[in-house]
Amino acid sequence: MAEMDTSSSGGKGKHQGTKSKKQSTRVDMTPMVDLGFLLITFFMLTTTMSKPKTMDLIMPKDTENEKDQNKVKESTALTILLGKKDRVYYYEGLAQDPNASANPDFFKATTFANTGGIRDVIIKKRDEVSQLRNSKGEPEDVVVIIKADDDATYKDFVDILDEMAINRIQRYATVDISDQDKTWIKQTEAANGGGSK
Amino acid sequence: MPKVKMPRKSTLVDMTAMCDVAFLLLTFFMLATKFKPDEPVTVVTPSSINTKLLPDSDVIMLTVDAGGKIFFSMDGQPKRQQLINDLDQQYKLGLTEKEKNNFVVGSSVGTDIKSLKTYLDMKPEERKKAGLEKGIPVDSANNEVAVWIEYARSAQGGNPKLQYCIKADNGTPYPVIKDILDTFKEKKIQKLNLVTNLEAAPAGSAAALARAEGKSDHE
Repeated sequence: MAEMDTSSSGGKGKHQGTKSKKQSTRVDMTPMVDLGFLLITFFMLTTTMSKPKTMDLIMPKDTENEKDQNKVKESTALTILLGKKDRVYYYEGLAQDPNASANPDFFKATTFANTGGIRDVIIKKRDEVSQLRNSKGEPEDVVVIIKADDDATYKDFVDILDEMAINRIQRYATVDISDQDKTWIKQTEAANGGGSK
Repeated sequence: MPKVKMPRKSTLVDMTAMCDVAFLLLTFFMLATKFKPDEPVTVVTPSSINTKLLPDSDVIMLTVDAGGKIFFSMDGQPKRQQLINDLDQQYKLGLTEKEKNNFVVGSSVGTDIKSLKTYLDMKPEERKKAGLEKGIPVDSANNEVAVWIEYARSAQGGNPKLQYCIKADNGTPYPVIKDILDTFKEKKIQKLNLVTNLEAAPAGSAAALARAEGKSDHE
């Protein structure tokens, strides 16, 4: 392949004794380029330019956890429960008031849908709470309590944390689910016929 | 008038410039390429709107597959060497140099400390067949994830840039995640990173509006 290019150094007619012909030093570069581009395509295909992103998760200290929970007011709290099959349940407050939680409409189910799902609930609650004033006369911040049931998946957990980021909720906490909450989820599933699905 | 013979131009093109370009690009891609180490499990991470990049180094990574098996990995070969030496001493595993080296150059490990010697003795493809890829136990009676974290921390030696990452699959059951989070909590590690893929913030949401205004996100 790599022939020497001798076209320009043909016999010029002058025989100068025993002088050898000067050969041109030009090399055919075509195969070299071929090789170059072959390697380029290989590396282009194996290079990944996009890198995974990370989400920060700050865990509360165990000792602070107790205090934090007690500081949350019923009126500013929204409790979100994650159930099986990507279902979401929620109620307002902390379910510490038996009268309120006896109300059949107290415990509601929803989904992760973009509209009419949990996002609208969070936004509505956030705006309601921002109308309230604390003892100093400042607007209140909504506090979201996230409880995941044993049937929930990691995806649900990340999705709900993502909702916090999307709606810019400053105060939220992941809390262990209570037996009462589990009972409510079971009842709701049974009522919707979702338990057997 | 004798005919003037027009010398025929050669069709050869000078390839030197082309070659230069090719090799310039080649060197760039060679330097920019990073081969992913073979992971024992494939994990599809959920998406989120976070834009923070996952750092390349100073990371302790727990990978959790859809079945809830936990795998441990850490970057930095000298640190890995330190880690395996410590574990070997502490648990009297009796690892050979070859086995230790397998750990140092390998990727994630996911087995209980008891089987670590057998595990490191095999090639990665043999481990799956032997059924040793059980994942690191995290139950309260035998929380080896805590052991790994503890030893990895000491191998990192108080590195201020150290980050703890959890990379779990969409289908990982929440109780496994909860166990890991509780383990970190016990270790007084409050700042964790969850590895996610990027998706755009939904139009009209608070985060999207804030981004449009160019405000920084509060975490």
